[in-house]
Amino acid sequence: MKQIPVEEGVFTWPSDTPHLLGSRCTACGNHMFPTQSGCPRCAGDETETVELARRGTLWTWTVQGFAPKAPPYMGDADPKTFKAFGVGYIQLPGEVKVEARLTESDPTKLKIGMEMELTLVPLYTNDDGDEVMTFAFQPVTSA
Amino acid sequence: MSDDVAIIGIGMHEFGRHPGVSGMDQGVIAVRRALADAGLAWNDMEFAFGGSLAAGAADTMVSQLGLTGLQFINVANGCATGGSALFSAFSTIKSGMCDIGIAIGFDKHEAGAFRVNTRGSGLGDWYGASGMALTTQFFGMKINRYMHEYGITEDSLAKVASKAFRNGSKNPMAWRRRPISEDEVKQSAMLSYPLTQYMFCSPGEGGVALILAKADRARELVKNPIFLKATVVRSRRFGSFEVLAPSIALEHNAGPTVDASKAAFEMAGIGPKDVDVAQLQDTEAGAEIMHMAENGFCEHGEQEAMIEAGATEINGRFPVNTDGGCLANGEPVGASGLRQVYENVLQLRGDAGDRQVPNNPKVAYTHVYGAPGISGVTILSR
Repeated sequence: MKQIPVEEGVFTWPSDTPHLLGSRCTACGNHMFPTQSGCPRCAGDETETVELARRGTLWTWTVQGFAPKAPPYMGDADPKTFKAFGVGYIQLPGEVKVEARLTESDPTKLKIGMEMELTLVPLYTNDDGDEVMTFAFQPVTSA
Repeated sequence: MSDDVAIIGIGMHEFGRHPGVSGMDQGVIAVRRALADAGLAWNDMEFAFGGSLAAGAADTMVSQLGLTGLQFINVANGCATGGSALFSAFSTIKSGMCDIGIAIGFDKHEAGAFRVNTRGSGLGDWYGASGMALTTQFFGMKINRYMHEYGITEDSLAKVASKAFRNGSKNPMAWRRRPISEDEVKQSAMLSYPLTQYMFCSPGEGGVALILAKADRARELVKNPIFLKATVVRSRRFGSFEVLAPSIALEHNAGPTVDASKAAFEMAGIGPKDVDVAQLQDTEAGAEIMHMAENGFCEHGEQEAMIEAGATEINGRFPVNTDGGCLANGEPVGASGLRQVYENVLQLRGDAGDRQVPNNPKVAYTHVYGAPGISGVTILSR
């Protein structure tokens, strides 16, 4: 099955080791996600696109326990088959905190401060039969 | 600050679900009730500011109320729509441009969590497609972090929700008037960890109208004017943690509530200790807890002991959300902030019935918070 990204320009594609694409302010160094042209920190108007760190720590989290409305949601929004998913902010060192789905949705397995790593997960299959991928963070398993 | 501007009439359409009654019609009913309360007629209004998020342009209601040619300005400012209408009405009178006018808010939302228009909110389609365009997630994540930092427990969340429904049961205008025990709150469906169904308010319907007048005219017209000492709206600053944010900065800013609160106290020339009753944004139970501290009424973490001691009950030392708040009234966005002011006017007049705060409250405070990181505060006194 062919895979495509949920939207171009949100994360590197194709890539075995994906990175989120953010912006860095050329004036003050502030990092933003997703990319944007102006800086909310210094009001500068010049930014450059950068690959954000793949690893960070979980700053806070919740679990999406009910089926989101579709639209805008493109995943499984049928209350009968919907599976809860985690959502959190991952603090990328020296950069920014990014909001993302989490591969883990069990509250007993999610802890603030735990180490997380970026991955890509299937979101839905489109009308052309392509598997549409979005990004998520997964717990880093200690080797 | 001097007593420049007063509220002389209040009107409300019951909050809840009203099949067959448009949001606009609920606004019209609120206006008529406010006019009756003030003993005035529609053609006494020199101006109006009004708005809704999802129920149409407020100025079209003149075709029902009367085509008097008044200056009617629509307000659209997210969750601070009502607060912004009130700020605008206040400023119009304080500037000396007009003597008497009205602020109106109403709304009617579909059942379930708010459906976010991602493009209209400046967000990419991928954000909603991926399942992150839910305001409920923000509230779950903010209180989860807060509980981790300050030791607030699930017990406090359940106590706040149970209080809301108990207060709502004493409010004939409230949507949810059945008392719900702390256990039932905890055992309801987990919507966005750690928040359960009964810890969340629901988008709903309703309307509120407030008539304002210059102080000298107010004293001539009514026997119980309530003075608007401060009305403030603030947007977010860099580093604050807000609803519908794909990312947040590493550096920390306390957020628009803290800014709005400080500005309002400065404008009124008083401090948090002078406040006798407060209506604080309780989109969910944790929001009420966090907003107690963000508005300056306690230190972060002190809420746990305050709630345990019953301080925020109607008979407590610092009553919060005496009308049941958003939890018992639901949240028709355009009307929600004005509903808080309506309740405070009743409390200061001594007309709040079964839920009246004892000992003749003199100063009352309201606070709204919402997307995309906006806060509105008012301070009233009699």
